[in-house]
Amino acid sequence: MNTSKDYDVIIIGGGATGAGTARDCAMRGLSVLLVERHDLATGATGRNHGLLHSGARYAVTDHESASECIQENMILRRIASHCVEENDGLFITLPDDDIAFQSLFIDSCQKAGINAQAIDPDYARLIEPSVNPELIGAVKVPDGSVDPFRLALSNVLDAKIHNADLLTHHEVTGIIRKGDRVTGVELYDHQTRAKVSYHGKIVVNAAGIWGQHLAGLAGVTVNMFPAKGSLLIFGHRVNTMILNRCRKPANADILVPGDTICLIGTTSERIPYDEIDNMYVSTEDVDVLIREGMKLAPSLATTRVLRAYAGVRPLVAADDDPNGRNISRGIVLLDHQERDGLSGFITITGGKLMTYRLMAEWATDLVCRKLAVEKQCETADNPLPGSEKNDFSVKSATRKIYSGSRVVQMSAQDRHGTLASNIASSDMMDDAMVCECEGVSIGEVNYAIKELHVANLIDLRRRTRVGMGTCQGELCACRAAGLLGEALEETVQAKDDLANFLQERWKGMYPIAWGETLIESQFTSWIYEGIYGLKPENN
Amino acid sequence: MKKDTFEPYNISDNDFEQCVKCTICTVYCPVVLVNPDYPGPKQAGPDGERLRLKNPDYFDEEALKLCLNCKRCEVACPSGVKIGDVIQAARIKYGTKRPTLRDAIMANTDLVGTMASAFAPIVNTTVALKPVRQIMDKVLKIDHHRIFPKYSGEKFETWYRKHAAAKQDGFKKCVSYFHGCYVNYNFPQLGKDLIKIMNAAGYGVKLLEKEKCCGVALISNGLVKQAARQARHNVRALQKSIVENGHPVVSTSSTCTFTIRDEYPHLLGVNNEDVREQTELATRFLFRLIDGEKLQLVFKKNYSARVAYHTPCHMEKLGWSIYSTSLLQMIPGLELMQLDSQCCGIAGTYGFKKENYETAQGVGQPLFTQIEEADVDCIATDCETCKWQIEMSTTAKVKNPVAILADALDIEATQALWQQQ
Repeated sequence: MNTSKDYDVIIIGGGATGAGTARDCAMRGLSVLLVERHDLATGATGRNHGLLHSGARYAVTDHESASECIQENMILRRIASHCVEENDGLFITLPDDDIAFQSLFIDSCQKAGINAQAIDPDYARLIEPSVNPELIGAVKVPDGSVDPFRLALSNVLDAKIHNADLLTHHEVTGIIRKGDRVTGVELYDHQTRAKVSYHGKIVVNAAGIWGQHLAGLAGVTVNMFPAKGSLLIFGHRVNTMILNRCRKPANADILVPGDTICLIGTTSERIPYDEIDNMYVSTEDVDVLIREGMKLAPSLATTRVLRAYAGVRPLVAADDDPNGRNISRGIVLLDHQERDGLSGFITITGGKLMTYRLMAEWATDLVCRKLAVEKQCETADNPLPGSEKNDFSVKSATRKIYSGSRVVQMSAQDRHGTLASNIASSDMMDDAMVCECEGVSIGEVNYAIKELHVANLIDLRRRTRVGMGTCQGELCACRAAGLLGEALEETVQAKDDLANFLQERWKGMYPIAWGETLIESQFTSWIYEGIYGLKPENN
Repeated sequence: MKKDTFEPYNISDNDFEQCVKCTICTVYCPVVLVNPDYPGPKQAGPDGERLRLKNPDYFDEEALKLCLNCKRCEVACPSGVKIGDVIQAARIKYGTKRPTLRDAIMANTDLVGTMASAFAPIVNTTVALKPVRQIMDKVLKIDHHRIFPKYSGEKFETWYRKHAAAKQDGFKKCVSYFHGCYVNYNFPQLGKDLIKIMNAAGYGVKLLEKEKCCGVALISNGLVKQAARQARHNVRALQKSIVENGHPVVSTSSTCTFTIRDEYPHLLGVNNEDVREQTELATRFLFRLIDGEKLQLVFKKNYSARVAYHTPCHMEKLGWSIYSTSLLQMIPGLELMQLDSQCCGIAGTYGFKKENYETAQGVGQPLFTQIEEADVDCIATDCETCKWQIEMSTTAKVKNPVAILADALDIEATQALWQQQ
């Protein structure tokens, strides 16, 4: 990459907002560099429910967010069909809840343009058999599931199609200023351990909760409100529709099916800013999540828990709300030239996964104004790579060459949409499974390594779901490590990479390590320490 | 809905979440070894179940129907996952293909058996003819290598009513006999042998009220509703014998026994709680009597035979082959050899299907080799379809342990022991 190149815009942050902004800017003809300190979707983007909000959750308390949600919801169904599952949601009223809230809820939804329909509790039990059968009311809304890893990735892929450059594992260590003008960024390359600088006319701070730190590097102040939210992942789908409580938002009141699993969340807890890189899930969090989750779907009580994780909402501090529930999830776009007299620097923050595209549009509009570029936003009209309408269907074209390939090919299509046609599947070797729980083939792993910016096993997991299944890497980690080591010709580092990957898996299992999950992790350690001789010093 | 009547809709049926992915089941799967089209019990079972819950389109009918339902995966599983049940339940839940004419014919053992018995000499000669077998191969896709078990001219039930029923009331103790289709239509002699032993042991043998086929072939051929109907009927008949009359039920077929005990509740949702414990294999019933010193058998002095025991898959699953072999070992002059426990490949109607012929023979090959190398007079096994498969694929004669027992038993001496008391 050319360090002397003067980019039109440098975007900091490989979450949905940064990726979306890179796509929008690149589609409007700007030269773009996107930098990310770890990997795509490693912050709040990859640490939420994966809920395609209809906006119903915010309808009563935050009309603006609710209408933004439903508009973006409809757009994402169009442009990101392979990242989205249109499975609808239910807002259920339990005997403990006030049924009177339901009519207020439906009214508010309708005012925001959300199609909310009260349905008979018996009908709710029929269409979603996992639901708590004691429910006394149900409202059907156009919620859905969205895969945030796929969403961020396909935005980046589209940005690259429009000539954007991408640097992952590059951490911003300094914002270069010339007087009152920001002119570039200093980066630390975690892989080569080298420092590099890049220059651009405008730097966009899309670093989410870390935006406070980056603003500080530029010499301006943005105060974020770190609110931690914990979630639990269950071993398989218990529900097919999203389940919500029909009441004011509270702890653990959303159960979302996502790909092969379902997850319950969240909690909400204010944490000090210096703890945002230290995400752990406490025993109390786990207890609350299971206890409340069972009220939505009683079978969660007997379903295996795979992992626990936590993320930080990138909310902008506004008032002294002690738990951050009532804070607006509205979009905050800061033009630091107007606000602080610092030109060439923009912060886009607040908002949520659902509104990432709109946030990107706002930020790009401002960038274009500053660069005097007159081009309209097209991100709401053009489908993302993988979601193009296409007559080609993997299912019909490759069906039944030999039966072992069925799972692999369907899974690949679920994950990559139309791009799945780029995955080699010409012989049994290509279709051989690396990850048996999620149906990831050798062909898919090789495709991801070659085309999807994979530097290590954890990146590979975000691209392909390797290691995200029931066994949490027990069987697939070594196979994937072999393929990655071969492709990157880095067999020495591969062992450390493997240990890192397993350690990261264990981190998520630790808070819920009982029953089968504990047995599984013990078995994993027998395999990796006992058979493969992986040692603690490898990490 | 009231709380006390509420049963959580627990999708973790058959304990599939207990799978720790150790893959031992796949190592023990006889099909995986010979047919690469079969993804193996782990992938077809717990792994596949997760994907099917995500989207039912992941159900792969062609792959899952390669499962023999031998349940050796379940025996191997250290975590107690009912892998075979997960696979069969998925076929029941997601299967869309309607059974073919061939499958319906092979599954409806009662109907076909009744008709064939009536014209036994003609049927037996006809289906044994090479040209007929070729036609069945082409038209019905029943492999031409297969030789159908011969039908008996007189059904076991008919014989029983004519020659045995009256005598059975003379015994103080009584059992009911679930004879199954094989004894009824093909090989009444085994039923006669059982009555001989039980009578000698002091037990009268009754038949169940209108016994129907246990339904195993209906389940494996996708005729689940009919199987459930027959299961409910049989459970009522078993209840009448066991609960009302206090007559335990014995059988000479491991598969019938296994189906009634385990597949009824697991796959067909038919509750058999009050009859399950007292529905068992005749060899187990006898062994436990002897072991509890409630029965003594006397054997012929001059009996001599070398026998090798083959463990049918469902005996492996029941864990009961020890009862049959222990009984056989009680016979003085009988030298018993235990064959390695491995599937013979037939799996009921599975091996009769043309598309499965190669897999079935491939699965059975190691067993056939071991049998040919064993220097024995006959093979003993508790399963009739294993018998057909081994007799078709080797030069060995196969007998049910009950038949061997009947041969070796000194009837008068055994009777004398309890009649003196």
